[in-house]
Amino acid sequence: MRRMMLAIVTLVLLALPAAHAVQPDEIMSDPATEARARDLSRELRCMVCQNQSIDDSDAPLARDLRLLVRERIAAGDSNSQVLDFLVARYGEFVLLKPRFERQTLLLWLLAPLLLAGGGLALWLQIRRRARNGADVPAPPLTPDEEARLAALMSDDAPSR
Amino acid sequence: MIAESGHYALVLALGLALIQSIVPLIGARLRDVALMNVARSAALAQLLFVGASFTALVMLHVNSDFSVANVYENSHSMKPLIYKITGVWGNHEGSMLLWVSILALFGGLVAAFGNNLPLSLRAHVLAVQAWIASAFYLFILVTSNPFLRIANPPIEGRDLNPVLQDIGLAVHPPMLYLGYVGFSISFSFAIAALIEGRIDAAWARWVRPWTLVAWIFLTLGIAMGSYWAYYELGWGGWWFWDPVENASLMPWLAGTALLHSALVMEKRNALKVWTLLLSILTFSLSLLGTFLVRSGVITSVHAFATDPTRGVFILLILCLFIGGSLSLFAGRATALKQGGLFAPISREGALVLNNLLLTVACAVVLFGTLYPLAMEVLADFKMSVGAPFYNLTFVPLFTLLLLAVPFGPLLAWKRGDLLGVTQRLLAAGVAGLVVIAIVWAWTRGGSALAPLAIGLGVFVIAGAATDLAERTGLFRLPVATTLHRARGLPRSAWGAVFAHAGLGVALIGIVCETTWNSEYIATMKQNDVAHVAGYDLKLDGLFSRQGPNYREMIAEFNVSRDGETLSVMTPSKRSFTTRGSSTTEAALLTRGASQLYVSLGDATAEGAIAVRIYHKPLVLLIWWGPVLMAFGGVLSLSDRRLRVGAPKPARAKQRLQPAE
Repeated sequence: MRRMMLAIVTLVLLALPAAHAVQPDEIMSDPATEARARDLSRELRCMVCQNQSIDDSDAPLARDLRLLVRERIAAGDSNSQVLDFLVARYGEFVLLKPRFERQTLLLWLLAPLLLAGGGLALWLQIRRRARNGADVPAPPLTPDEEARLAALMSDDAPSR
Repeated sequence: MIAESGHYALVLALGLALIQSIVPLIGARLRDVALMNVARSAALAQLLFVGASFTALVMLHVNSDFSVANVYENSHSMKPLIYKITGVWGNHEGSMLLWVSILALFGGLVAAFGNNLPLSLRAHVLAVQAWIASAFYLFILVTSNPFLRIANPPIEGRDLNPVLQDIGLAVHPPMLYLGYVGFSISFSFAIAALIEGRIDAAWARWVRPWTLVAWIFLTLGIAMGSYWAYYELGWGGWWFWDPVENASLMPWLAGTALLHSALVMEKRNALKVWTLLLSILTFSLSLLGTFLVRSGVITSVHAFATDPTRGVFILLILCLFIGGSLSLFAGRATALKQGGLFAPISREGALVLNNLLLTVACAVVLFGTLYPLAMEVLADFKMSVGAPFYNLTFVPLFTLLLLAVPFGPLLAWKRGDLLGVTQRLLAAGVAGLVVIAIVWAWTRGGSALAPLAIGLGVFVIAGAATDLAERTGLFRLPVATTLHRARGLPRSAWGAVFAHAGLGVALIGIVCETTWNSEYIATMKQNDVAHVAGYDLKLDGLFSRQGPNYREMIAEFNVSRDGETLSVMTPSKRSFTTRGSSTTEAALLTRGASQLYVSLGDATAEGAIAVRIYHKPLVLLIWWGPVLMAFGGVLSLSDRRLRVGAPKPARAKQRLQPAE
């Protein structure tokens, strides 16, 4: 569908006037702290965008958040302190990687639970089938199909 | 007149679909051949009328008839012809019309080429197709009519969103639709099988080519969309785990699982119930995707098509079809007996593992997409699920899957020899390890994961090659025999080799791009030089130019490496006056599979301009992989066994006639 397209549409609608993700004037002078800022930016959501990180987003709000992240880092915050600060301000909505807590338990545990559940179901099935694995005959053919089968069988050799 | 004809044709198509929904079923019940054959003619006529309706809309757009609301809102008389045509599906109403056109196309194809199907099965399949079609015709006619007129026609249109004025729009949506509307056929086959209460290996053989066609288009459609985003958005991202993308990824994952389980069913008559369920789920996920995008439920802030009536209508369709089909499944599936025993370690076992991992991966994407929505509604808890979440959950699942991929095709049916297969994969494993060591040494430390992932990609590719070598007896038998065997190998075997290798290729591309992407972001003035990954890019100057419906500012970069001029790159920024918005046209320089990517930001008052330059190593592999997969799919489709409407002996056909 026009899924990708829609993503693009939303993006561009947001991008007025068009700017780009990280701007030259935002970049911090120390490459190490800048790298930290970039890593953090990838985990933070631009809240007016459709599932975009502030690192990717063109929206003015994303720029504000990027500057804020860099401000906190410059002030000496650790990565988790920066995240805590933003969560305190904007709520968990700002995190692209939800925290592991009561409300997100099911989300995080889904894959292991399903894998384990699926594996268990398969194992039980195999055991049960091994015990009583008689093959059940297929339902009988209709007269139509009987005739067709006969027709196919009578001269199948050259065709196959 | 054209608009009214198009509208009328659509109403007629709805009438035909309603007939096709009911009459063939009565025919099947009464065993009346004539009534069952109504399905065939109705499906073909429906295709004709929907085709006419779609053509009418295309003509309206080409003629720039702004008395039609849809044309006025999405077109402009100065727009190049190609975008006038593609603009037809660049909006809600038109894209829904494309949706039903493709649905009718698939229905028509089954009607035209389904001569090898038992009459009652074909009648049932086409009837179920018509149920879907009726629902969506109604949806279009009631909530999203593209043929509505405006009382006082304006002189000029509002133009198409500039980002959509790209060749990507010509290819991406139709491909994607061919993919996920195509899965309606396997859905219809599954429902038909449940209604008839009969399902066997032959069913799997009939349904596989249709599933394969849909899968090929969906694969290409997703890859194409990803490449489009990559070059159009201006920062070189190619996958965002956006709900809109997830909506297309979910049917792909389920469809891939379906392809594999149908294989087990066809070869070994096992996994019948599961294959039916997957057929239902795959198309249900397509419907869900349509709902998510069309209702605007995901984009509560920036709703693109926020109109509650539409959302509720699609939700009703969704509940009706998903609920109905799953209830039917729950009621009837137990009556279908499983056949074909197999040991856990066997080709079937490997395919079951494939299905387990793909389904869990699909469930993760589904949950990731819907969980925030559910939490917001149920617990008043606003949260986001984005790329970092999927990296932690989806990626490990796919890693397991990729590790298992080379083993599958080498295992024997019924009972396999894991130790033997491992021995045969030794060379592939060693190749992977050697590559890991080389990459590790070459990049000196850095991320430990990247070399491992590349090694895995090499293992998958080498594993696919091993499969081929084993089947043809390469290195064991004389060359002539090998060649002879290679020629005799079924096309589907070749297809599997290419598709699996494609996975490895894509993985290598993804890892290289994400790990060793170099970027340069700065404000540049004329004659400034940027140094990126060994390339020197000198800004020669800025120019502006007038396009058909936009003005653009072009920056000219002279690209050189070690003093030797390679090329000139001209990224640009286009401003579209009608919509008052702009797009960035990135410039790409392809060197092998790697690309140099330049896009422009804002210009400053002093004549300098913000520039983003990336070097993306082996980035093209990301899309060559899916292309290889799709090529594998095409090879497999051309296998004689699966060929749609494969020629049959003439005499048998003649004798078949009176039997009907």
